[in-house]
Amino acid sequence: MSGVGALFLRDLRLVWRRPGDVAVVLAFFVVATVLFPLGIGPETNLLARIAAGILWCAALFASLLSLDHLFAADYEDGSLDLLLLAPWPLELAALAKCAAHWAVTGLPLAILAPLLGVAFGLDDRSLLVLALTLLVGTPALSLIGGLAAALTLGARRGGALLALLALPLCVPTLIFGASAIEASATGEGFMVHLAILGALALVSLATLPWAIAAALRQAGE
Amino acid sequence: MTTALLDVSGLSCRRGGRRVFDSLSFSVAGGELLALTGRNGSGKTTLLRAIALLVPAQAGQVRWQGEDVRADREAWCRRLAWLGHQEGLKGDLTVAENIAVAERLRGHVPEPARLQAALLAFDLDRLAHRPVRTLSAGQRRRAALARVVASQAPLWLLDEPLNALDAAARAALEAALSTHLAAGGLAIAATHAPLAGARALELA
Amino acid sequence: MADLHFLANPARFRRFSRRVLPALSIVTAVALAVGLYWALVVAPPDYQQGDTVRIMFLHVPTASLAMGGYLLLAALGASLLVWRHPLAALMARATAPVGATYAAVCLVTGSLWGRPMWGTYWVWDARLTSFLLLFFLYLGHIALSRAYDDSERGDRAAAILAIVGAINVPIIKFSVDWWNTLHQPASIMRMGGPSIDPSLLWPLFWMMGALALLFATLVLLRTETEIDRRRLEIAENQD
Repeated sequence: MSGVGALFLRDLRLVWRRPGDVAVVLAFFVVATVLFPLGIGPETNLLARIAAGILWCAALFASLLSLDHLFAADYEDGSLDLLLLAPWPLELAALAKCAAHWAVTGLPLAILAPLLGVAFGLDDRSLLVLALTLLVGTPALSLIGGLAAALTLGARRGGALLALLALPLCVPTLIFGASAIEASATGEGFMVHLAILGALALVSLATLPWAIAAALRQAGE
Repeated sequence: MTTALLDVSGLSCRRGGRRVFDSLSFSVAGGELLALTGRNGSGKTTLLRAIALLVPAQAGQVRWQGEDVRADREAWCRRLAWLGHQEGLKGDLTVAENIAVAERLRGHVPEPARLQAALLAFDLDRLAHRPVRTLSAGQRRRAALARVVASQAPLWLLDEPLNALDAAARAALEAALSTHLAAGGLAIAATHAPLAGARALELA
Repeated sequence: MADLHFLANPARFRRFSRRVLPALSIVTAVALAVGLYWALVVAPPDYQQGDTVRIMFLHVPTASLAMGGYLLLAALGASLLVWRHPLAALMARATAPVGATYAAVCLVTGSLWGRPMWGTYWVWDARLTSFLLLFFLYLGHIALSRAYDDSERGDRAAAILAIVGAINVPIIKFSVDWWNTLHQPASIMRMGGPSIDPSLLWPLFWMMGALALLFATLVLLRTETEIDRRRLEIAENQD
């Protein structure tokens, strides 16, 4: 088995040993989403209209919330040095870690979101589109957040800074993710949105591992 | 006389605008242990990190068998075993899992016999299946040293390997070092306490 | 021990900036005075927008320069990461707050213009929203570059962010435009636009030049300060 796969499995195993960390993130997602009807009022028409935006924003925050540990744990316990000294490209290590993060946050969020969508009165088709957009879009969020996490290693005010760096970069993903659901609800085709969302994820996939690796290298200096 | 495998020539490093060390040259032959000594902040850790290419050098070269190690970073990483200030162990994994994962990260398939031998060398066989977070500082240090032994890399870079070790563990480390050196390996250790059989290099 | 390598480039820069800055400051002051007089007094009011159109003379140039400033940040970041150019880091530190201020001026003038035109200070107009995000990108850069005890780490982290940010600026612009057309009918009158009268165009160009000169002056001045600050830091680290 290659080093990349070993790193991916190691991170999954670490999460498996502490399932509470993932549970907290998912619980945050649910609670944050539920607050909106309480704040706005239970009017079904209004809720159905804004459901896409709310669910996407909550997914974005939940995804960011779990990111400050992504590299910080390795940075603090010295494992980052072992990754920097692994005889294969650090870019792959960045990718493996982001993939592991996605597998334990983005993926469960995509599965959980339609259940919450029901409570917002989304129709069946929109629920499906919601799950699809999250499935396609959250990898980009994991990569963008991964970059912010790598850049803020050892920085003061790490957590808040991470959000400040990541949020503006997440805007395109948020826009196309939420608008796909809206387009589907109004009967327009959502494939264009989904395709652009996929393109955004691919651009992140093609560029961000290099940036993350560069950030990790300078953190190791 | 054995020929030097590792050649460091004219190495200079700077951090935060401050020279850490300047035009440092030395070589290490197979079977040799080099102890880096010097007061706190004299650059022992930075020198180890510069040799491992974790910190860029402003000038100078590190050569292995005459070739600049920067030419092939991955080949160089395969020759290194690293023990840093922090052990690089995951608290939620057991000692055995930690060593096995480290081996996989180096691109090796862990051999059970080799892992077992490394654990035995540091008297860790009874702790092998304990999560690292339940271990004491000295036990963690031993686990990290076992990882170094298991790597079978020709060059060991050890930052304060004696930290938190008791007399028995210290003897185990010296035994592991002498086995490694006898097989033609090299080791560079940053240390405050003297290490048996080491050639000292004092950093000013 | 003084670090001669580090000081070599900045020292040369100091000699250059000492010679250039006084002249540049005077030219900038004159250009700004002429430009403001032209834009605020001489130029005729717009037949539709009236005197409100004069806001454009600040709004449009600061928009372009804030955008250009971010590209400059990315270029400086690349030069720091690729060539480890010590001056690039200090210049980036000097540029980011100036660029952020330009973006802020662009936002404020945009919303002041919006009050009489749209009847409200803020409209989620594509351009204003894009510049709000650009402003956030600047803020992130400033915060990151100053978040480390070791300033060189802050420099390098911010350099990586600037490069990634610059790649993302057009993507953000595209997505905000898309979002805007999706959510709002295109009834909002656009600022600037291609059908602008020459009597307004020339002062606009002039203001663009004057504000670019101001940008350059501020960056040079602030770079000098950053050099001094870094020298002090090095001196503190010596002992």
